[in-house]
Amino acid sequence: MISSEAHIKDDSIDTRHGCILYIEDVTVSFDGFKALDALNLYIDDGELRCIIGPNGAGKTTMMDVITGKTRPDHGTVFFGQNLDLTKMTEYEISHAGIGRKFQKPTVFFNHTVFENLELAFHTQKDVWQSLTQSLTGEQRDIIEEDLETIGLKEQKNLRAGLLSHGQKQWLEIGMLLVQDPRLLLIDEPVAGMTHQETEHTAELLKSLAGKHSVVVVEHEMDFIRSIANKVTVLHEGHVLAEGKMEEVQNDPKVIEVYLGS
Amino acid sequence: MIKTIASLHSFKGWFFTFALLSIAVIILPILNIFMPEESVFHVPDYMFALLGKYLCYALVALSIDLIWGYTGILSLGHGVFFSIGGYAMGMYLMRSVGKEGVYKSDLPDFMVFLDWKELPWYWYGFDYFAFTLLVILILPGLFAFTFGYFAFKSRIKGVYFAIITQAMTFALMLLFFRNETGFGGNNGLTDFKRILGYSLQEPSTKMGLYIITAIVLFLSYILSRYIVQSKLGRVLTAIRDAESRVMFSGYNTLHYKLFIWTLSAFLCGIAGALYVPQVGIINPSEMQPSNSIEMAIWVAVGGRGTLSGALVGAGLVNGAKSWFTVAAPDYWLYFLGALFIIVTLYFPKGFVGVFARFNSKENLRESA
Repeated sequence: MISSEAHIKDDSIDTRHGCILYIEDVTVSFDGFKALDALNLYIDDGELRCIIGPNGAGKTTMMDVITGKTRPDHGTVFFGQNLDLTKMTEYEISHAGIGRKFQKPTVFFNHTVFENLELAFHTQKDVWQSLTQSLTGEQRDIIEEDLETIGLKEQKNLRAGLLSHGQKQWLEIGMLLVQDPRLLLIDEPVAGMTHQETEHTAELLKSLAGKHSVVVVEHEMDFIRSIANKVTVLHEGHVLAEGKMEEVQNDPKVIEVYLGS
Repeated sequence: MIKTIASLHSFKGWFFTFALLSIAVIILPILNIFMPEESVFHVPDYMFALLGKYLCYALVALSIDLIWGYTGILSLGHGVFFSIGGYAMGMYLMRSVGKEGVYKSDLPDFMVFLDWKELPWYWYGFDYFAFTLLVILILPGLFAFTFGYFAFKSRIKGVYFAIITQAMTFALMLLFFRNETGFGGNNGLTDFKRILGYSLQEPSTKMGLYIITAIVLFLSYILSRYIVQSKLGRVLTAIRDAESRVMFSGYNTLHYKLFIWTLSAFLCGIAGALYVPQVGIINPSEMQPSNSIEMAIWVAVGGRGTLSGALVGAGLVNGAKSWFTVAAPDYWLYFLGALFIIVTLYFPKGFVGVFARFNSKENLRESA
């Protein structure tokens, strides 16, 4: 959907073994509380994976570790086989091709929808470039295309702070898309969305898989059922069960800790 | 290039900018020179020293608006950069006094008074204006860069950053108060005679300095406008509003913050250097914590994140100060405090914000 010849970074991520993200033996503790406890998790290239788990299972901490916000006490996190994420900063990780959507929609409230996408757009992002370069026609086209995808064409020149909650969620997803990432981490994308918006989001995420790898953290079970091939259940900082939705739902261990319907 | 600059303002905006500039650098001097002294249109000589001082304050406010209004980093230590620029200029002016000081010595008077026999090494070079200019242009920025690098790298922000800048200005003030530091102690540097050979007592020199200040302010304003209207400016406001989102979008926010922080200090240092010859003195009281707070208040009163608001705020508050310190000197600080509280509570967008709101209501009425 979003493509540009200039993006050569794909070559730099080694996914020859079919895996794009390797989380191995990762432990994070906050004042003695283990948010992640020897977590092992592998995400395949191009896969759409859902992660569920009760509150405090370590879902958000896991996202923090992948994006460089939190450093693990122990363990390794590799992007492809060659990039050690535990040694990279947030912006380097973003440049390497990991995009993140937060639980609470974070867009730039005082910028217009278009400017939000301009800022997220995958391009050179150092100070001098920002001062001297402006968008090329081709880049504008890509942003327009993206506006179409997220259904905010009409709101292009509206301040993002004035968007509805659902529209902000969409804008944030749109910002991830123009970043052109290999791996998308999406934290509760349908929280606060209407039924219709939820369906629309499910469509979009499904269409992204394949070109991108997508990891979705969500509570909304119907939503997960509608998109997921493979579900991972986290509990107390480690993987409790993994597999197809039906298998996971019938797993007695899962039923015990997580009385989701 | 010219096209990009022209697009910075609407036609109306450019008209106002140039109108103000020509009033400042052409019309006022003409009214001074050609109008007879008894005429109501005559602009007296002392006005230029006063206006020059205000323009320096406006440049300070502009520099604070870049870092606070646009990037959301409150600095309560800009007095330091102002003083570094000011002291550098002061040192040059001291050296230009030559042997005409009270003690008829080659050394500045305060050094003779302290019974120093030789010029300290860090005063070397200040005999030359070119060297001094270089110091003025480099040192405030360099100091800010070093300070900012460590502060921003440790991700110090918000109130904590503001407090550290207060500590910085307080520490430097104490350092400069000491006679041993070699900058004239609590008296600072004063009793200047001339700049580049021109006597500082001459009205024409004063007017020249004033015109240079006006032009520097104009150029700084255009530069700032260019920056805030580029994508860089949008990244800065994005950092103010949601820094983590900016980082996760692939920007190294450290570089952005350092850039604007250093630029801000650079402009503030120039303001200090222009201020000293017009006011005739620089002393450590410029680094009082309260001074730097007052600078931030100018911007808050005028309106943050607008550039023009900073200029207006500096003028308004200092105009009020000039009036108060004559009419009711004891009440000035109360008034300033009250003003700050009222503006923060009721007019978060400052004077310019109120004006803009009024303006947009007018527009609505017209279109209805």
